[in-house]
Amino acid sequence: MTRQGAYKESDDMLIDEPKLPQQGQIAALPNEFNPSYLKIYYSKLFPHADLYRWMSYGNDGKHPACDSSYLGRREFSYTLDNDIFVRYNTFNSATELENSIKDKCPLKIDIGPIYNLNPARRNAYAGDNVLTPVERELIFDIDMSDYDDVRYCCSGADVCLNCWPLMTVAVKVIDTSLRDDFGFRHILWVYSGRRGVHCWVCDRKARRLTNEQRAAVADYFRVYKGNENNYKKVSLMGQVLHPFLARSYTEVLKEYFETKLLTSQNLLSSEERYEKILEMIPDQSIASELRGKWQESRRSSSAKEDINIVRWEQLKQLLQKHKAQVVRRCVEEIVFTYTFPRLDMEVSKHMNHLLKAPFCVHPKTGRVCVPINPNNCEEFDPTTVPTLIQLLEELNREGLRSDVEGEWNKTSLANAIKLFRSSFLQPLLKICKEEMESSYNAKLQQSKNLLSW
Amino acid sequence: MQVVRSHQSHRSFSSSSGSVSASPTLPLYRSAPELEVRLEDFESFAIDRLRVLKGISDGLSRGKKPDEMEKLVNELWKTNMRHQDSSQVLNKDIISHFVLRLVYCRTEELRKWFLSMESALFRHRFRNQTAEAQRAIMEEFDLPCKAVSNAEFESLKEKLGQVARSIGHNLSLSTTDAIYYKVPFEEVPELVTGRKVFINQGYAYVAMNQVVSLVATIFRSLLSKALILTNRKWATSIREQEQHRLTPIVEALCSSYLGPDFSQPKEYGEISLKDIDQVAKSSFPLCMRHLFEKLREDHHLKHAGRMQLGLFLKGVGLNVDDSLAFWREEFSKKVGLEKFEKEYAYNIRHNYGKEGKKTDYTPYSCQKIILSTPGVGDHHGCPYRHFGEENLRAALSRMGVNSRAMEDVMGKVRNRDYQLACTLTFEALHAAPCDAGINHPNQYFSDSQRLLKAKKDSSTNVVDASTSSMHRLDAGNLLRNIRGNS
Repeated sequence: MTRQGAYKESDDMLIDEPKLPQQGQIAALPNEFNPSYLKIYYSKLFPHADLYRWMSYGNDGKHPACDSSYLGRREFSYTLDNDIFVRYNTFNSATELENSIKDKCPLKIDIGPIYNLNPARRNAYAGDNVLTPVERELIFDIDMSDYDDVRYCCSGADVCLNCWPLMTVAVKVIDTSLRDDFGFRHILWVYSGRRGVHCWVCDRKARRLTNEQRAAVADYFRVYKGNENNYKKVSLMGQVLHPFLARSYTEVLKEYFETKLLTSQNLLSSEERYEKILEMIPDQSIASELRGKWQESRRSSSAKEDINIVRWEQLKQLLQKHKAQVVRRCVEEIVFTYTFPRLDMEVSKHMNHLLKAPFCVHPKTGRVCVPINPNNCEEFDPTTVPTLIQLLEELNREGLRSDVEGEWNKTSLANAIKLFRSSFLQPLLKICKEEMESSYNAKLQQSKNLLSW
Repeated sequence: MQVVRSHQSHRSFSSSSGSVSASPTLPLYRSAPELEVRLEDFESFAIDRLRVLKGISDGLSRGKKPDEMEKLVNELWKTNMRHQDSSQVLNKDIISHFVLRLVYCRTEELRKWFLSMESALFRHRFRNQTAEAQRAIMEEFDLPCKAVSNAEFESLKEKLGQVARSIGHNLSLSTTDAIYYKVPFEEVPELVTGRKVFINQGYAYVAMNQVVSLVATIFRSLLSKALILTNRKWATSIREQEQHRLTPIVEALCSSYLGPDFSQPKEYGEISLKDIDQVAKSSFPLCMRHLFEKLREDHHLKHAGRMQLGLFLKGVGLNVDDSLAFWREEFSKKVGLEKFEKEYAYNIRHNYGKEGKKTDYTPYSCQKIILSTPGVGDHHGCPYRHFGEENLRAALSRMGVNSRAMEDVMGKVRNRDYQLACTLTFEALHAAPCDAGINHPNQYFSDSQRLLKAKKDSSTNVVDASTSSMHRLDAGNLLRNIRGNS
């Protein structure tokens, strides 16, 4: 596969580059972020060509139907050293994109929308609102800190394997819905580098959705409503649940709640914690009954069974046989409160929202924003995601062994890039080409019909 | 449309306008009518329609439920859109709509308001059409929806039933209820939003009774495009051509219908930073007081909260330097001075129109605040709507609302009359009536300040207060009745 106009690896070797830290030196440093490491990352590991191919959506100039202005109308933003933020960077070729990143070494790269005209020329036009987004992936941002009220193992910026399942749940629920309900196929899930996940839906239809339509999809996914000013945050009305919610519950939420989160978060083991759940029960007498039972038995009677599980069973028993549906429904409401995905609505609603590009390095953790395979997202472990320092060490060890794929193939980044290509980029580009072909042929046919007598 | 002087004879066309009207009673306003209209009708028809639209706006901002809105719209229409000559009713409908297009095409905010109200009006009127008329309109709109075949319906029956029951519609399997339309989900965002439809492989399955939403969306988008075109035509030719005849009427209709939007406070520096805590306690409405207190407490607010409070403070008279000082004082306690300058100062200056595309943002009105959606960690929005009952009571009693007034306020809240609840709070705290009702947080503030200042100035001001409130009554009522912009 030719990488159009891309830097050849060998060219790089001739340029004076910052020295790779020696073995001993790295051991001495904590996982600290160092801009010179980034320079090496961008020159040897970052998948520039893949980013270019993705962003072009098939408009690589090889087909007569290609739109040569397409890439140039996409906004990229850089966060540079000293918190300098530069918007409206645009590029017209793979080389420009690659050179710019290598040259500027941004701490973070954000991807914005495709505008109606090249944003670099926005000031040439008179009038307000001349620059408008015309295409933008449908994006979602799920951040663990939005779950702070339902996790006790960590808070704020930290994540661990006890709370990460919340992200697994989010990926499963949303991914299934995007595919089965909305019919989208080209979906990329990415680890955000610290405490969450991003989702990029890249189907043509998705890219062309208006703000209102995006808001509708985000709202379709919204169940948890509220903040510290009201305590009933999940309210599931109606005689039965909407099929989307019912499916999410039976296929994902119930299992994760009952077999993982209940115990790993000790949701019912202490008074402070079970009070939060009892508070959600609309029938005071049931709440008191449970409270009484639990205050008495500080330890579960059978030492084998986890106290959380025992208590949850007791709670379910009492609620599920109640004659009022609003009480029976409380069981699901509790499960939804503790597990259902919480999206950042603002990110999804606006076409002009910027979102971090995959394969960036998170400055606080040093971890690379690698793709997550939704089909086995339960195996994803945020604590073993490759870090920048680790990758550089691996490069160091592999020395000058050449690799036809590229330097990244000698490191732990290989799997990430291969996953990106096989599960996302290649199918996407295939469809783009097909669509381009068929619309081109349709136009040809149309003009033939016009010309024929 | 031809506008003629009253002494000229006017021919009325018995059938409707040049626009194809699929329904005999509900025009689609696709193109300007080939009618002649008298100059005085030009204005009076528009005013009548505006009363309808304003009534709808009021109803919506009070959070009225759909069936209440339905009644309201019917009443408003019947009261205002009559004509002594029954053959002229349809013409009045069409003419008034097109005149208002001229009035409301001129700025983004006006267009947005007009679009929302006309769409709401259309939606309700469509619902009342016969099934025949509805089908005709759908055809007219080229709806990309197909009727679901029997086979497909059978296979999806269970899921469709679940959806219906989840939103409180009981799907009896009679033949009319079994009519579903299949349409790409993006055509019905309102139905997707509330999970009111079954969606599968990109298609939404819409029940007959939900078709209204479909049609309304199309109506809205057509009108939106038309407004842009109208604006262009107005700016480039009509305004000048008609400068001695229609333009003054159009411009008068518009400016008298713009309520105060508080984007230009009388003088900056009306409140000083030293007094701000005191003034917050005495004159801020609950929504802003809550944000203010949370800011003092946490030394931080999320973006939406910063916007709501920041713009309010601007409307109150805080200039950009004082504003920066204020936010800096709080935020630097949490994030440090440097981070404040880097990450937050820019946005504050942006709000004052000093950065970026230099838009001078206007403070949010009650309607906008009520419609917002605070989420985790947010404190913006309207407390009367977004707080749970307990929290609201606690907040109100902290403000000093006595227990009797508290019950009145909570009554309004339960009825979803959030602005009335705020008005009652105002009245309880200031021991004075507020007849115009609260429509804007800055209005609350300036009314409060005026009352407090009057009390302070002189003891004989009891008389002045009442006469000024009487004047306010007239101006207020007038504004409320004819204000086109909330």
